[in-house]
Amino acid sequence: MIDFLNGLVALTNFVIIPATAYGAQLAIGALGVTLIYGILRFSNFAHGDTMAFGTMITILVTWWFQSIGINLGVLPTALLALPFGIAGTAVLVLLTDKAVYQFYRRQKAKPVILVIVSMGVMFILNGLVRFIIGVDDQNFADGERFIIGARDFREMTGLREGLAFKTSQGLTIVTAVIVVALLFWFLNKTRTGKSMRAFSDNEDLALLSGINPDRVVMVTWLIVAALATVAGVLYGLDKSFAPFTYFQLLLPIFASAIVGGLGSPIGAIAGGFVIAFSEVTITYAWKKVLVYWMPEPLEPSSLMQLLSTDYKFAVSFAILVIVLLFKPTGLFKGKSV
Amino acid sequence: MKKILTATATMALLAGAAQAEDVKIGVILGFTGPLESITPAMGDGAEMAMAEVNAAGTLLGGANVVSVRADSTCIDASAATAAAERLITSDGVNAIMGADCSGVTGAILQNVARPNGVVMISPSATSPGLSTAEDDGLFFRTAPSDARQGVVMTEVIMDRGINEVALTYTNNDYGKGLADSFQAAFEAAGGTVTISVPHEDEKADYSAEVGTLASAGGEVLVVAGYTDKGGKAIIQGSLDSGAFDTFVLPDGMVGQQIVDDLGSGLDGSFGQFPGTDSEGAEIFVSLAEAAGFDGTGPFAAESYDAAALIMLAMQAAGSSASGDFKDHVMDVANAPGEQILPGELAKALEILANGGDVDYVGASAVELIGGGESAGNYREIEIGDGAINTVRFR
Repeated sequence: MIDFLNGLVALTNFVIIPATAYGAQLAIGALGVTLIYGILRFSNFAHGDTMAFGTMITILVTWWFQSIGINLGVLPTALLALPFGIAGTAVLVLLTDKAVYQFYRRQKAKPVILVIVSMGVMFILNGLVRFIIGVDDQNFADGERFIIGARDFREMTGLREGLAFKTSQGLTIVTAVIVVALLFWFLNKTRTGKSMRAFSDNEDLALLSGINPDRVVMVTWLIVAALATVAGVLYGLDKSFAPFTYFQLLLPIFASAIVGGLGSPIGAIAGGFVIAFSEVTITYAWKKVLVYWMPEPLEPSSLMQLLSTDYKFAVSFAILVIVLLFKPTGLFKGKSV
Repeated sequence: MKKILTATATMALLAGAAQAEDVKIGVILGFTGPLESITPAMGDGAEMAMAEVNAAGTLLGGANVVSVRADSTCIDASAATAAAERLITSDGVNAIMGADCSGVTGAILQNVARPNGVVMISPSATSPGLSTAEDDGLFFRTAPSDARQGVVMTEVIMDRGINEVALTYTNNDYGKGLADSFQAAFEAAGGTVTISVPHEDEKADYSAEVGTLASAGGEVLVVAGYTDKGGKAIIQGSLDSGAFDTFVLPDGMVGQQIVDDLGSGLDGSFGQFPGTDSEGAEIFVSLAEAAGFDGTGPFAAESYDAAALIMLAMQAAGSSASGDFKDHVMDVANAPGEQILPGELAKALEILANGGDVDYVGASAVELIGGGESAGNYREIEIGDGAINTVRFR
């Protein structure tokens, strides 16, 4: 029995908790991508850098709060700064929309042109963020680091394996649930949300029934700004902030959105967890867990690793390819890509 | 009268400028990228040697040495090649001090230095692969090959009574080269490497790597990575999840920044990086302090030595052309001759100008072996109370 618990704790500590937190971060990021795809009808490659921009504003405000002595006790100060980050990002995306995307929308440009335009925006944002905050890693997490530390857990339970649950991981999961609940309530219950869905389903019909397209576009960008900033800040609190890493985050986020079905909010969330869990579980060495779980004669002597960790990206992209081959609309019937 | 004076003075200045040749040395290091926290001190080290030679004013009969900096990025071979190309074709440098990371150094050597016939001396590229690379006699390094570091790291670990380790390395020329040489040396000495896991820098998440390393187990985790990137993230993840408490840090991982970032979690971790307790090292540190930078950082001393060797070889050859002085690098670096320590470059230039021999010892006890790489001295360090403490030299 003790052995079973030890194995379970090891699995939770090294697989379930980190993958859940990472999956939640990917899911919130993918929600932003999927909303833009569903409503504005293009793949926004600037999303990773929008996240970086929002996080940067939040970090700057956090530092200011810290310098004048405002904090949240056990919770990170960044949570207080988050609204400022969202506001800053909202201004940024609305300006970008006015200056860039609006022009192409009026031209009724093809989605592929908008994709290339968004890559241009991506590089500009990329440079802007580096110019303001620099290329270095920035650590802005404060407050209590752990909800429960590995050593404390061992002493508390007397088990051999430790279980660590970081504040940032707890926050990520709780925030993800709240954000997703809010978003679904908004999309399904409010008038604006319904008009957004109508606009997404059939633009011409929506226009005929008197929906104001400019308003739909603006609200979409505001929601995307909030989602991007929240995802970026949660990721930064859990790991660390570096502009280049956020740029790299774009790939797993897009993979999540596509696996789930572009344009489908539920799909984005499912996709985030599929990608995160596949990266961690398929390359995990099961030896430690199996040694606890198997009877002695059957204990493995090898590492019991399906694939070396080199292949973790290959795994998530293999899933992506398989999904596209057999279900081009993604797991949750998004728009076909 | 005043006009004539001004005119004469101007003429004299112009004549002077025309007479003294400008020697340009390219300093190509990863000022952005995974090594950006240690490269500033490296660049300062190289430029301190140039300032010293300029103060003496006796190089090639009064040539002025100018440093031209360029960014190798450490990881992006095409960006590094473009930067080096710019140094040679547009800035017209006579030699290159650099590059820093092994991958970009190899790329610059093959794509730029060899086609243009320009000497390059790297202070920090340590991949064993560079020992056997085709170089037309143009490539030298004041850093030892990692084949040597693998053996030293084995001794450091074994002397602490540890014979089972897990190993992770950054997936590039440097990480792979060091990890392989260490694993070979460690297993030959009777130790066990439970698993060897590569990691990519600047990725979003390292849970998979940490989980796998923890499952394989081991008394300590050897991290052959970079301080600012994946290496740090893996240590952070291992500490958070309680997978490992003690880490072994080779040269790319030692830096004050990581100690500050990770705090008490790193206490008790140990490692080594190239360094020496020779007289030259002490002199260099105090010279660096006077010049306003930290001379104890990784590869700062090697950078000073690399720049010094370039200039001394030029003096010995009586020419700043790479084709002329490349054959003199080994001569000035090794015996016989008068031993030269940091701060004595003026004396060395004097001896060489008079046709004498020098044996450049410098800040890192330079002794070039094989195809022109340092024999290697290492500083064993242990981290405690937020500081990097030197245990001994090997």
